[in-house]
Amino acid sequence: MAEERITDIGPPHYGQFLPPLIKENYGKWKYHEILEPGVLKHVSETGAELYSVRIASPRLVTTLFARDLCDLADKYCGGYLRFTSRHNAEFLVSDKAQLEPLKAELAKMGLPKGGTGHCVTSIVHTQGWVHCHTPAIDASGIVKSVMDDLFEYFGSHQLPAQVRIALACCLNMCGAVHCSDIAICGVHRTPPKVLHDRLRHVCEIPTTIAACPTGAIRPHPDKSLRSVIVNEERCMYCGNCYTMCPAMPCFDTEKGGVAILVGGKVSNSKHPPMFSRLAVPWIPNNPPRWPEVVGTIRRILTKYAEGANKWERIGEWIGRIGWEKFFEICDIPFTYQHIDDYKFQAYDTYRTSMHFKF
Amino acid sequence: MHKTPMLDHLESGPWPSFVKDLKRMAAQKSEVNDLLGQLERSYREKITHWKHGGIVGVLGYGSGIIGRYSDLPEEFPGLEHFHTMRINHPSAWFYSTQALRELCDIWDKHGSGVLNLHGSTGDIIFLGCRTEALEPCFADLTAKGWDIGGSGSAMRSPSCCVGPARCEWACYDTLEACYQVTQEFQFDLHRPSYPYKFKYKFSGCPNDCVAAVARADLSVIGVWKDDIRIDQSAVEAYAAGEIKPRGGGAHVDKLDIQADVVDLCPTHCMSWDGRKLTIDNKNCNHCMHCINLMPQALRPGTETGATILLGSHAPILEGAQMSWVIVPFMEMEPPFDEVKDLGYRITEWWAEHGKNRERVGELIMRLGMRAFLEAVELPPVPQSVIFPRSNPFFFWKQSDFDAEAKGRKYYTKEGFDVD
Repeated sequence: MAEERITDIGPPHYGQFLPPLIKENYGKWKYHEILEPGVLKHVSETGAELYSVRIASPRLVTTLFARDLCDLADKYCGGYLRFTSRHNAEFLVSDKAQLEPLKAELAKMGLPKGGTGHCVTSIVHTQGWVHCHTPAIDASGIVKSVMDDLFEYFGSHQLPAQVRIALACCLNMCGAVHCSDIAICGVHRTPPKVLHDRLRHVCEIPTTIAACPTGAIRPHPDKSLRSVIVNEERCMYCGNCYTMCPAMPCFDTEKGGVAILVGGKVSNSKHPPMFSRLAVPWIPNNPPRWPEVVGTIRRILTKYAEGANKWERIGEWIGRIGWEKFFEICDIPFTYQHIDDYKFQAYDTYRTSMHFKF
Repeated sequence: MHKTPMLDHLESGPWPSFVKDLKRMAAQKSEVNDLLGQLERSYREKITHWKHGGIVGVLGYGSGIIGRYSDLPEEFPGLEHFHTMRINHPSAWFYSTQALRELCDIWDKHGSGVLNLHGSTGDIIFLGCRTEALEPCFADLTAKGWDIGGSGSAMRSPSCCVGPARCEWACYDTLEACYQVTQEFQFDLHRPSYPYKFKYKFSGCPNDCVAAVARADLSVIGVWKDDIRIDQSAVEAYAAGEIKPRGGGAHVDKLDIQADVVDLCPTHCMSWDGRKLTIDNKNCNHCMHCINLMPQALRPGTETGATILLGSHAPILEGAQMSWVIVPFMEMEPPFDEVKDLGYRITEWWAEHGKNRERVGELIMRLGMRAFLEAVELPPVPQSVIFPRSNPFFFWKQSDFDAEAKGRKYYTKEGFDVD
């Protein structure tokens, strides 16, 4: 008899992956301290202490990297580790005596610790050219370039508040960057090229038409083609039609690039969660190190660090000084692209008061 | 080995290099060498070389595998098939080294050895599997207790913050809630039968470390109803500079309680006389700012649960939305039946009325909040809006007149619940 096939078991229960000290103190934590950048100490009602060492990870890794982390966790953490919601890895140290030797070995291996408190932590990001079919930009290469440049901020607490950077390699935003302090978003700028010979074989025309949020796609007047045409003036290059119909590629080697949005957050601290807003509509794609993107982000971050009050997130700083001042201070031109004209959200962004600055 | 002069630039610098790591793997696996080769070409040409989709999967499932094929298979034969497998991660991404090594063994045996820790939705992402290896890889995974995650128009793998496992602010057990909801919706996770994707995320407090408000259709965010717990002696220690603010994670060494805490409170519900911090808890909107700054003096209350918010998604298609409050407070105790039941009611209504590729938040914009609330049997509550409408264009239904005739108030459960 054939072996029974196992399905629908879901993920393993996390309970088997918790270090004993966490199991004993589950739900009993009293407070925490950040002893130094990248090192957290959690203290339980029972008096127990847990130390966590947070390190940078490129997110795009190999089993060799994962096994390196396992070796360290075996040596210093009783065989347990975890990852954070921002792709950092964390070593969970129950025995304080292991803390210094772990830190020394991490330093030797070139695995930087940080990502705590008022820092720039790891960039949440997507796949890019390494594994995606719709990207306008690469992901890991830009992340590496930006984090190399901002490295001093990963392992320190010198900013007015935490800064969360995220990257999505196209408008689909698998990286859901729309509520980040700084969002890096790949943008296409060419309407889809309809491959009529291919379309009728691989696409459903009604779903392709329905996929367009601006109603720019309609059936081709020449019915014998069994294809569609695009009203290019209405296209904002979201690529949604391409997702439904592979015969409508919208890539261009030169016109694609990077948009930067700023001022979003998800935490409720002081101000409610905020969307990121457009700062720079387009920066050219310039691999391997995207210097224009890196430079723009550094400029925004530096101006924020100089100008913000303590505890202010980027969006709170801009909210206080006003967007007109943000563009002036950061020396970013304000363009037609900055003014929202997309659907129901647009009007809410128009100023209806005299509360502005010159 | 392919020459990669552009990628080689990304080997230097202090941030860990994915190129270095991939090169290590390329020495063992030729497909990873090809991956570097194709990536180098993308860097040179500024364009992707992955073909659009392709339907592949494991037997009986419609999600969890994303087909991926190179458009240059002759030049890079190792990338002819290079599919993605999403493996449903454990709650809060905790691992034993034994379990993580077992995953590595399985992936080295069946695939490229390249992975994401983790994907945007939370899954472990295996990158690069041939079609014929999918089923054996899946069998090895399930034999070790792992299952694959969601993709396409299905329930996506839920995720949660570190919660009570290592955080003093968790207002409910995010790990257990995430685990139980994931188990409950296994069928919907593996067999796409929704209009589009549906995501759950569980954050333990309003700091929202998994970005539930921005990234989940159904966002469960921990909250308390009673008073913030205060240790006045610790407040004094902060005031005296004996304890650093924000656990030591800030650029300031000494807290100015008046300027840093009291004056920045969004509801102005705190006062400080130099000795004692007083909080008018009835007016606190639990923003977490004061607690974040003084973790040794302040803690959330003990009457805890969660707020349920609904509707967020990234800009595709109708523009980005954040989730909005639909249930201000829900008790969150295992087996979490109330949140599961609400999830079923929401997905049922959405599956009935949603258009292809329409997220639930967009459907509500199209059909209206009232249609939604009535369908899922939730009463209208003032917490769900920032302010009421400013226009006089509201509708009346026969049910409203019936309620009126019976002397009921519209905004009560009774008024809402009419024949």
